[in-house]
Amino acid sequence: MKHKSIRELLAEQPFFHDLRDSDLDLLAGCGENAHFRAGETIFGTGEPADYFYLIRTGRVSLDIHAPGRADIVISTLGPDEVLGASWLIPPYHWNFDAIAREETGAIRLDATCLRGKCEDDPALGYRLMKSFAQVIVDRLQRVRLQLLDVYGTPAARANG
Amino acid sequence: MVPTRYRVATKRQELTDTWTLGLEPVDEPLEPWSPGQFNMLWAFGVGEVAISISGSEDDTLLHTVRRVGAGTEAVCALAEGEMLGLRGPFGSRWRTVEARGKDVVILAGGIGLAPLRPAIRQLLLDRGSYGRISILVGARHPEDLLFVEEMSRWAESPGVDVEITVDTASSGWSGHVGVVTSLMDRVEIDGSSVHGFACGPEVMMRFAAKALTDRGVAPTAIDVSLERNMKCAIAQCGHCQLGPTFVCRDGPVLDYATAQPLMMVRER
Repeated sequence: MKHKSIRELLAEQPFFHDLRDSDLDLLAGCGENAHFRAGETIFGTGEPADYFYLIRTGRVSLDIHAPGRADIVISTLGPDEVLGASWLIPPYHWNFDAIAREETGAIRLDATCLRGKCEDDPALGYRLMKSFAQVIVDRLQRVRLQLLDVYGTPAARANG
Repeated sequence: MVPTRYRVATKRQELTDTWTLGLEPVDEPLEPWSPGQFNMLWAFGVGEVAISISGSEDDTLLHTVRRVGAGTEAVCALAEGEMLGLRGPFGSRWRTVEARGKDVVILAGGIGLAPLRPAIRQLLLDRGSYGRISILVGARHPEDLLFVEEMSRWAESPGVDVEITVDTASSGWSGHVGVVTSLMDRVEIDGSSVHGFACGPEVMMRFAAKALTDRGVAPTAIDVSLERNMKCAIAQCGHCQLGPTFVCRDGPVLDYATAQPLMMVRER
């Protein structure tokens, strides 16, 4: 069976559908396949955000450690989802732990390589930033919904 | 509309604040019901509360009740053998018949799974009439998930996907974490041939309906169940009135095209 190239795998990712073929050619040079065992830490809080990931298979949890409490899972990500945005924003450090919950396959993209290409080609940087902005806004909306705690006891119906 | 006496035949604690009561008639039983409808449960000396029917077993009607106030607290405190009054069934039903021939996507949040359970049971009994069935369930924490064993059985049915998520969890939870609408990313659908059902807090239903319409499902092909302040249940008192709509009579199940503007009306 022929293994797909990174370029071909990137083209299959919905996250990259708005990018041009020439963009994918450039990005492919920064990518490689990565595999993680269930329970393996992909990155940890405070570590340099040297990569971001496009999950192909498996599931990854984003955990926050709170002193005196058990670790809290704030979100889980699955196939075709983007893992990590901190590589875009200085000081380029992760703000949470990412742990493979299952055997996980991903495309790993080198952040230094990507940032360099975006600096060299601002139009590419803008298109990539638009794709990330969409993901970040979607996740912000989800977090807002989580913060609403919609399943909590509704005070307004307390006479019910 | 005189209440009919029913006796608590079975009582099962589902969650720390939620019980399923199996009620059997003492007097003449109520008329037949359809999934999505509700009954008024009268705890003697306390008052009535509107509770959706969460299923039936033989002559026993099931109501899954969350303790949120004086009325529901009194109902939840009833022991096996004790009596209460029932009026009903009231309101509209889930459009399971109209969904035949289509794929089905169900989004349930929290206690919202209870009103959907009889519809899901009906879909599975008539499994051949539907395409793929996706059941997406959200709860606050893992320990707040309803009907866990039954969901496992649903997942064993061919062509049925059950996906579960919670809003927050400790690292010991191996399942999905995120809002229930995030599970839509896992569902492959052709929106033009899907019927959607959503039940839960209204904010959750708004996002659920948006997630469905974003995938091409027509608002008229999405059922939501409104929960408003039902008192008389016969469209007379006006407590549940939203514009021209009485939720107790015209709802609680409405198509989203009808429900969307009503869901923007603030409760007074």
